[in-house]
Amino acid sequence: MSAPLLEVRDLVKHYKATGFLARKTPPVRAVDGVSFTVGTGETLGLVGESGCGKSTVGRTILRLQEATAGSVCFDGKDLFALDASALRQARRRLQIIFQDPYSSLNPRMTVGDAIAEGMEIHRLAPRGEIPGRVARLLEEVGLDPAYAARYPHEFSGGQRQRIGIARALAVEPAFLVCDEPVSALDVSVQAQVLNLLADLQARRGISYLFIAHDLAVVRQIAQRVAVMYLGRIVETGPTEDILARPAHPYTQALLSAVPVPDPTTQRLRIVLPGDPPSPSNPPPGCPFHPRCAHPDKDARCSSDRPLLHTLGRGQVACHHAARTP
Amino acid sequence: MTALLEVEDLRITFATRSGTSHPVDGVSFSVARGELLALVGESGCGKSLTALALLRLIPPPGQIVPGSAIRLEGTDVLALGAAELRSIRGRRIGMIFQDPMTSLNPVFTVADQISESVRAHQRVSKSAARVRALELLQEVGIPDPVERLDNYPHQMSGGMRQRVMIAIALASEPELLIADEPTTALDVTVQAQILELLDRLRAARGMAILLITHDLGIVAGRADRVAVMYAGRLVEEATTAELFARPSHPYTKGLLASVPRITGAVTRLQPIAGTVPAPTAWPAGCRFHPRCPASLPRCADDDPPALAVGDSHRMRCWLAASGPS
Amino acid sequence: MTGSLWRLLLRALTSPSGRLGAIVIALLTLFVFVAPWLLPDPSAMPDLLAGALPPGAGHPFGTDQLNRDVLSRVVSGGQISLSVAGLAVLLAVTLGALVGGLAGFYGGWLDSALMRLVDGALAIPRLFLLLLLVAVWEQMPLGALVLVLGATGWFATSRIVRGEVLRLRSAEFVLAATALGAGPGRIILRHLLPNVAGPLLVAATLGVGDVILLEAGLSYLGIGVRPPTPSWGSMILDARPLLTTAPWTSIFPGLAIAITVLAVNLFGDALRGALDPRSA
Repeated sequence: MSAPLLEVRDLVKHYKATGFLARKTPPVRAVDGVSFTVGTGETLGLVGESGCGKSTVGRTILRLQEATAGSVCFDGKDLFALDASALRQARRRLQIIFQDPYSSLNPRMTVGDAIAEGMEIHRLAPRGEIPGRVARLLEEVGLDPAYAARYPHEFSGGQRQRIGIARALAVEPAFLVCDEPVSALDVSVQAQVLNLLADLQARRGISYLFIAHDLAVVRQIAQRVAVMYLGRIVETGPTEDILARPAHPYTQALLSAVPVPDPTTQRLRIVLPGDPPSPSNPPPGCPFHPRCAHPDKDARCSSDRPLLHTLGRGQVACHHAARTP
Repeated sequence: MTALLEVEDLRITFATRSGTSHPVDGVSFSVARGELLALVGESGCGKSLTALALLRLIPPPGQIVPGSAIRLEGTDVLALGAAELRSIRGRRIGMIFQDPMTSLNPVFTVADQISESVRAHQRVSKSAARVRALELLQEVGIPDPVERLDNYPHQMSGGMRQRVMIAIALASEPELLIADEPTTALDVTVQAQILELLDRLRAARGMAILLITHDLGIVAGRADRVAVMYAGRLVEEATTAELFARPSHPYTKGLLASVPRITGAVTRLQPIAGTVPAPTAWPAGCRFHPRCPASLPRCADDDPPALAVGDSHRMRCWLAASGPS
Repeated sequence: MTGSLWRLLLRALTSPSGRLGAIVIALLTLFVFVAPWLLPDPSAMPDLLAGALPPGAGHPFGTDQLNRDVLSRVVSGGQISLSVAGLAVLLAVTLGALVGGLAGFYGGWLDSALMRLVDGALAIPRLFLLLLLVAVWEQMPLGALVLVLGATGWFATSRIVRGEVLRLRSAEFVLAATALGAGPGRIILRHLLPNVAGPLLVAATLGVGDVILLEAGLSYLGIGVRPPTPSWGSMILDARPLLTTAPWTSIFPGLAIAITVLAVNLFGDALRGALDPRSA
């Protein structure tokens, strides 16, 4: 197996409090030691609920926010060690699309200008060729090339997401962070955009880090999935394995909470008590233990933080995990 | 089973800069005592406006067109005077909204807001209202209710705020609860808790629920009947089992085909072609026909009425006349 | 960017008061800069013996005590007043955008330092500041007046710009530009400033009204636009002794000031309304 395209090791991002009580307030541990790899042309799904740190992971990898610790190795290069101009060059190959179609496009810039910007920054084409390229990109994402002269407010949410995708594609990236790209879209539009992303991957061989809270959506597009809870990965492995035989109690609860549009399915309903905890005050030991209903839960769970260990074809961070049959 | 709520030919118009818009254009349905009717549709279909109309909360310049009828056990809600309307709002019909962040008043404590709801409809002292507030908090499953009584909304999580909102709505024992996308803004595990709470309350109080949502998944396990809305009208209505077993309207089928699944084989999603039309310019004939894969020639000219497809199963589609496919 | 500014202007014109303001401004500007070709030269040798004549044939606004045509003086005074106001506001807006933009974008100590400076400057009434800077200069050139007016008028604008830049800095489209490899210069010029252009335009338009009044006030006190350059304010100063005997010598320049400032404020308000988020 060839070396992975992206390798993240022990990524940490803490937000320090500012202001009067800065010294007394503990930092917000948004990301607390995350490691994973993504191969060429594959999709890793990063799943979790609010406060788990998944969006922060995406932005920190791209250095849109600076990490507190850890390393990110892209195509052999350590991204965190690059200086400003080397980083700018590397940025071509790592792009991002965002969740909110309404704030991810500059309202004062035409669609064509927005898509062309990356090409201008990196001088990817002579000026005369740029409109042609923009037109082709619009077609590739399923939009009329004539839209290039229009402004974002004239488009619907789904169309704006496509424009954002075209903008990212303009620089020919090898890796795309998809930060909840379909969460704000209606069901039928969501399906269109998911299909588009899958087609682009098949055609261009781009790798995706697909961040989402919806396991069903992730299943459509990711070959492997990592489940995050309170800044850490609690389980990871091939998507079908995780969905068929989840080992971590949180993954099990998450799976059982996903609504299924079929009244005849019999499913075990695990309803978690309480709320997702706050990353500024994580519980000691296993971060999940206060809400965990595992029959073997014991004193270890509240004192020792479990580390990821291999289980089957994946990994899980739980003292008592076993792949449920 | 007498109908608790009957809506007949509800029409709402809005005067806009680009002409008159008809976001709700002839909606008829009924809710029986103790029943859970789900109103399902994507954004722009008019479902939220329908809900607001039931309590006459349509903001100007919106107007309910004369000729529409909303009857609560025979009483015409649209003809009520202000005082009588107030006796229905909150007392016989309660309502909870999507975003608990903005639906609760940030400058009042939880106890204040629940007590206000209690005292709006019953002549009780402040201390008696506070006792009732505590009972309600316990009933909606908030842990440590005594401490929570004096919390402000910002001190609580989204799930807890939603529970508080439910408590406020339940304060006067309504016969019907309108829940407008109550879980859309919540994490999936919290969503499961809230839905389970609603089930429990419905069973304990014999309360009817009108659940408005875009998520067919949460409907499948819970609703007694489902009504699908598109372009200002109901396009299909049936019992839950019947709707999922034999979805008949092409829009319903399209919706089901575009929802990613957590079970079964992973297949390419089949999104519905095109986009939702604007309420200022509904298509002529059947409103869905421009996007319909099964449209007949007459669909472009004739608007189909609600036709029977099976036992208590109706849809607005000419395919019903020629037999379901 | 120009497309969206254009839309903003067009939207401002949909309100009746905005239209009125815009029409008056347009007419005034036209009048003030074109009319001189149609009117007698105001500095031509006047008939010093005739004295102040009331409005009548040949002198629609009358004449002043040196028998200079009031209309011609209003026109040339208008040229001076409008030009001074326009240039001063341009300077103020540029300075405000620069300082506010840098403070908002870089934050940290630069932001704190700049904003403390602005706070201090805002604490001093503008008129006093102007008096300080202007009163001691005997024959102050017009250019210096413009500079001083501009240099005292950028503080509030910088706060507005800083606020907008802070808000936009974490907007996702700015993150996207960073992810594409855009440097700070490109982000400020192509992404932040165009989105601030709307509020800036409003601030500029309303600022013109302020400057006209300030300049008129200073000129009335004798320390703004110095003679022989005409200005509405100095015309009123000159007309003081004739207040009861030849009131038209102060009424017309006074009206000119009032109408201009009113029109500018009407249009500025309409612009501000057009900037409302509900209209995209």
